[in-house]
Amino acid sequence: MVVPTLIGISIVSFGLIRVLSVDPVTLLSGEYAMTPERHAELMHQFGFDRPLWQQYLSYLWGVLHGDFGTSLATKTPVLTQFLTLFPATLELSICAILLAIVLGVPAGIFAAVKRGSWFDQFATGTALVGYSMPIFWWGILLIIVFAGVLHWTPVSGRIDLLYYFKPVTGFMLIDSLLSGQKGAFQSAVSHLILPTIVLATIPLAVIARQTRSAMLEVLGEDYIRTARSKGLSLSRVIGLHAFRNALIPVVTTIGLQIGLLMAGAVLTETIFSWPGVGKWMIDAIGHRDYAVVQGGLLIIAVIIMMVNLVVDLLYAVINPRVRVQ
Amino acid sequence: MTDAPTEAPVGTAAEIALPRGESRLAGLAEFWHYFSQSRGAVVGLVVFVLLVLMAIVAPWLAPYDPSAQFPQAVLVPPIWQHGGNSAFLLGTDAVGRDMLSRIMHGARYSLMIGLLVVIVSLISGVILGLLAGYFRGWVDTVIMRVMDIILAFPSLLLALVLVAVLGRGLLNSMIAIALVMQPHFARLVRAAVMAEKNREYVTSAKVAGAGHLRLMLITILPNCLAPLIVQATLSFSNAILEAAALGFLGMGAQPPTPEWGTMLADARDLILRAWWVVTFPGLAILITVLAINLMGDGLRDALDPKLKRS
Repeated sequence: MVVPTLIGISIVSFGLIRVLSVDPVTLLSGEYAMTPERHAELMHQFGFDRPLWQQYLSYLWGVLHGDFGTSLATKTPVLTQFLTLFPATLELSICAILLAIVLGVPAGIFAAVKRGSWFDQFATGTALVGYSMPIFWWGILLIIVFAGVLHWTPVSGRIDLLYYFKPVTGFMLIDSLLSGQKGAFQSAVSHLILPTIVLATIPLAVIARQTRSAMLEVLGEDYIRTARSKGLSLSRVIGLHAFRNALIPVVTTIGLQIGLLMAGAVLTETIFSWPGVGKWMIDAIGHRDYAVVQGGLLIIAVIIMMVNLVVDLLYAVINPRVRVQ
Repeated sequence: MTDAPTEAPVGTAAEIALPRGESRLAGLAEFWHYFSQSRGAVVGLVVFVLLVLMAIVAPWLAPYDPSAQFPQAVLVPPIWQHGGNSAFLLGTDAVGRDMLSRIMHGARYSLMIGLLVVIVSLISGVILGLLAGYFRGWVDTVIMRVMDIILAFPSLLLALVLVAVLGRGLLNSMIAIALVMQPHFARLVRAAVMAEKNREYVTSAKVAGAGHLRLMLITILPNCLAPLIVQATLSFSNAILEAAALGFLGMGAQPPTPEWGTMLADARDLILRAWWVVTFPGLAILITVLAINLMGDGLRDALDPKLKRS
C-alpha cells in the first residue's frame, strides 16, 4: 500500500514540472531572454538533456541517498534548507493542533451533552464560522486589531530582532529559554500567539464539530442508557463510556487535520512572514526554483503519509476491535 | 404537502409503492420538510439566493464599473466613517476604485469558480468512481492508487504547484482546484457503487439484459446521489476558499480582476492604514462560504437517513 503510493508521489513531484511545462531551464529563466547556446549548456549541466526516465531514476537514486537536489536560487541542498526551516513550521503546527484539541474536544463534548443549550448553539455557530473562515483574511484582521490598534502583539516574525542566539533545537520557545536572555521567551511567545490562532482556527472548528457529532451518536446508544440506569454518575458515564467510544472518529479527524495544517501553514506563514516550510515553498514557486518545489513537495507528502500511518497505528491503541485483526 | 409520508420509516418501501412521478414529488416534499427544519439551512439558502441575484444583476446594479478609477477619490473610507463620501458607500481602494462595485462583481467570479470547479470535478470524479466501483480489479486499483497519490499532497500546495506550472490565472487555478478536489468525488462514488452493486434491483436489471452503461448510469448512479450532493456543496465552498487563497497568494485571478482573494492581495500593504479595503472582500468570502456551508449542513441532515431520526 505505502510503497506504490510513495513511488507515485515521487513521480508526481518529479514529473509535474517537467511534463507540463517546457523545461526547467526555460521555467527558471522566466521572462528573461536566453541564447539557445546558453540554454543548451544549462540543460546539459543539469542533466535535463537526458531521457526522462534516466533523469527520474537518478533523481530517485539521489533521494534514496538523502540527496533531494540543490536549490537553484541559493545553491544549498534542498534537504538542508528543509531541515533548518521545518522546526519553525513544526513548532507552529504543534501549537496550533494542541490549541485546537484543547479547546475543540471539550467544547464538542460539552455541546453534545448539553444539546440544544445556548452553549451548544454558540459552539455550533462559532465552529461553522471558523470552518468557513478564509484564514488569510482572518490573519490580517487579527493583525489589524491586536498588532495595529491594541499593540498587544508584533506583526510578524518569530522573535524580536533584539535577541540573537544560535538555534539549538530550532524551536524558538525552547531555544529562547536555553539562551537565558531576559525577555527572549516572552518575545517568542508573543510572536507565536497570532499565527497559532490563525492556523488553529479550521482544525479547531472541525474537531469541535466532529467531537460533538461523535458524542451525540454514542450518547444515543443503549449501553449509555444502561450505564446511567445502573446509577453511574453522568461524568463517569461520559468520561469512561461515551468519550472513549467517541474518540475513534475524533482521532481520525485530528489525523486528517495534519495534512490540512500544511496547507494552512502556507497561508499563515505568508501572512506573518514566518520563516517556515510553507513560506519557503511559496517563495520557491515565486522564484521558479524547481528543485526546491519538487523536493519540498516530495518531503511534505512523505511526512503527511507518515503521520497518517501513525494515526492508523494509534487506532489499535484506542480501538481493541482493530487490534484483533 | 404535509400528507407526504414523512412519519413513515423513510425509504424504499414507500417509494416503490407509489407511481414514479408521485414518488418523486413526495420525495421532494419530504426533503423540503427536513431541510426547512433547520433554521440555519434556510438562512443559508436565502443568503445564497441573494448572492446569486447580486452576481447576476451586478453589471446593472453596481454604481460603477469595477475597474473605473477615480484619482480624486483615493482611499475614501466607507460612508459611515468620518471623511466618507455618499458616492462610494463602502469606500474606495488605493487607486480610487469603488469597493462596492468591485465586491458585487467579485460575487460573479467566486460563484462561477465554485460552480465550474464543482461541475468539472464532479463529472470526472463520478466517471472514475463509477468505473472503479463497477469493474473493480485492475481498473479499480489503477484509478484509486492515482487518487491516493493526489490526496497525499496538501491540496492547496498541489494546486499552487500546478498553477505555477500551468501559468498564473483564473482558468488555470480552476483547473488545478478541480483536479485536487475530484478524488473526493471518485472515492465517494466508488464506495456507493460498491455498496449498491450487489443489491437485488441491480441484479434484476442485469438479468433483464441491461448493458454496462445502463447499469452504471441509470440503475446505480441515481441511488448514490445523496452523498454526492452533500459533497458537491462542501466542494463548492471549498473551491471558493481555495481560489481566493490562490488569488491572495498572487497565483489565481490577476489584478485588476475584482476577484475577492486577489483584491485582498492588492490590499495587503494597506492593512494598517485602510481597514475597509481589506475587511470587505474577506467578509464577502466568509459570508458566501458560510451560507453555502449552512446549506450543506441542512442538505446532509435532510438527505442522510442515519441522522433523520435523531
